[in-house]
Amino acid sequence: MSEGPKPAPENPDSPGSPKPEEKAAEPTPQAASPKPAADAAAPTPAAPAPKPAAAAAKPAAAPGSPKPAAPKPEAKAAPPLPPDQAPPADLPLPAYVTALQEGLPGAVEQVSYWVGDWTVIVGAARFADVCAFLRDTAGCRFDYLSDLTAVDWPARPEKRFDLVACLYSTALRHRLRVKARLADGEAVASVTGVWPAANWLEREVFDMFGVTFTGHPNLKRMLMPFDWQGHPQRKDYPLEGPGELLMESPQDWLKARQAAADADSE
Amino acid sequence: MQTDTPRPMFDTDELVINMGPQHPSTHGVLRLILKLDGERVLDCDPVIGYLHRGIEKLSENRDYTQIVLLTDRMDYVAAATNNLGYVETVEKLYAIEVPRRARYIRTVLSELQRVASHLLWLGTHAADLGALTVLLFGLRERELILDLFEEYCGARLTYNSMRIGGQPVDVPPGWDKRVLAFCDIQEQKLPEYEQLLTHNRIFMERTKNIGVISGADAAALGICGPPLRASGVLRDVRKDEPYAAYDEMEFDIPLGTQGDTYDRYLVRLEEFRQSLRIIRQAVQGLPEGPIMGKVPRLIKPPAGETYHAIEAPKGELGYFIVSDGKSVSPYRFRVRPPSFCNLQALPRLVKGHLVADVIALIGTIDIVLGEVDR
Repeated sequence: MSEGPKPAPENPDSPGSPKPEEKAAEPTPQAASPKPAADAAAPTPAAPAPKPAAAAAKPAAAPGSPKPAAPKPEAKAAPPLPPDQAPPADLPLPAYVTALQEGLPGAVEQVSYWVGDWTVIVGAARFADVCAFLRDTAGCRFDYLSDLTAVDWPARPEKRFDLVACLYSTALRHRLRVKARLADGEAVASVTGVWPAANWLEREVFDMFGVTFTGHPNLKRMLMPFDWQGHPQRKDYPLEGPGELLMESPQDWLKARQAAADADSE
Repeated sequence: MQTDTPRPMFDTDELVINMGPQHPSTHGVLRLILKLDGERVLDCDPVIGYLHRGIEKLSENRDYTQIVLLTDRMDYVAAATNNLGYVETVEKLYAIEVPRRARYIRTVLSELQRVASHLLWLGTHAADLGALTVLLFGLRERELILDLFEEYCGARLTYNSMRIGGQPVDVPPGWDKRVLAFCDIQEQKLPEYEQLLTHNRIFMERTKNIGVISGADAAALGICGPPLRASGVLRDVRKDEPYAAYDEMEFDIPLGTQGDTYDRYLVRLEEFRQSLRIIRQAVQGLPEGPIMGKVPRLIKPPAGETYHAIEAPKGELGYFIVSDGKSVSPYRFRVRPPSFCNLQALPRLVKGHLVADVIALIGTIDIVLGEVDR
């Protein structure tokens, strides 16, 4: 990896999160970080269980390791929040981040760093501006949009989605992630004008998460059928999809779907 | 015709036709809605999703070790590189040190995979353009690679050949000799393909100046891998952001100048040679040592997120994984599929060309629909 000043893979100053290497060495994996505790203090009741219970179930495999019993129910109860770790204090910000902070004052709300990746969190209203700035500015030159995706955090209902753009510069060979937090139903300006590559990627985000992009030339579903209901990558969308009804009795399924569509249109 | 007044003609109308989803030249279930003016393509709208299995959603409900199997099913003609991208992302997130021997084995496997994938591409691409012999040649050599994979991990298509932290098995005795023998065979066969295609009049007419795209346009459109390099952009994840053991390997990156279908062919053809070069170096320099790093029994990375990309045969294959630190499955599992991003450029490439060129252009971007749709 050639991006920026090369930092150590683990960040020793990151508060609360254990060093990854320590964790790799000993197989008792419960993170006694302050984050879950904070979640437990202010639990969000509306959030649907983001993971099936099986996922958070006990780590039965580790033989001979004393199991930390206490954090388990807590881990189940508290829905996760985004792990945006602050960069270690002794690590200088890369030039393209400082250029962004100076060039667009106030746009960067937070800078985070983890295992060598830099992320800037920007306001949703300025997402497209930030992207255009990062593409055109001399020290940044992010001319390549590697990926554009979203993450659903039901535990943060006021700003439920993270829109994540992974940028790369083919000339300067560095990477940066740009994140914007969006509420459910909040539209964000499309970046298809900045990188045409965003066209299908935004369509997929729209399809999978229901995030709408203003100014997109052709915003329709990408992978799911055009008349599909719901957005599958949301955490409250069941893994089984519309359920057994479709397989067992397609006619009933069609009726149920029509009823849902009628209810929607009313 | 010597008349001064134009003859009355039939009304010309735009014709909209569906190409696919069942069509032998779309390499899977890809549907193209083509708007035609006679033989000329005015517009093209790819419709995908017929093979959507929700691998991202599924992965968010499986634990980290189980996901390796799912990655096999994306680009099913290049399963080893899919495995590699995924396990490396988790290793990066978890700061797991991978032993040097395992990194070398991974390099050999992923380069063998690149040769196998390019062989299949070459064969099908040439067959689309009428040169059926190359398909048979390509499948013949690919068979040898599948045999090597079968000997290594027991499978011929969906390998499940890597584990988080290292390799599941060491190379069988004598395998390295057979890999080197394969390299020699493959090296000898390359001139055969060139003889059939490189100066073939028909092949050149069908590929030269077809689907030309400039480097800046290609990068802005998100094109990756050999098509991007054929447009003259020096971008190879193996060099720019080395992973596995590529930082210890010597190889060159072929670049094109025209950015047309013919250049994309030449670039991939040269990549065969470079891949063989890497395989030879890695096999001959295979270090001794363990093949598995120190990995906890229960894989549960600390809370954090990362994006990691590798150079798959089709281009930049990236994984974006978010861990919440509490669960044994990723909170968010996202694949950046190279085929998807390359296919996006198809409408731009086919505009103004003939219907027959659409087939050449689908072939040249080298898509696998299993990866496009996931």
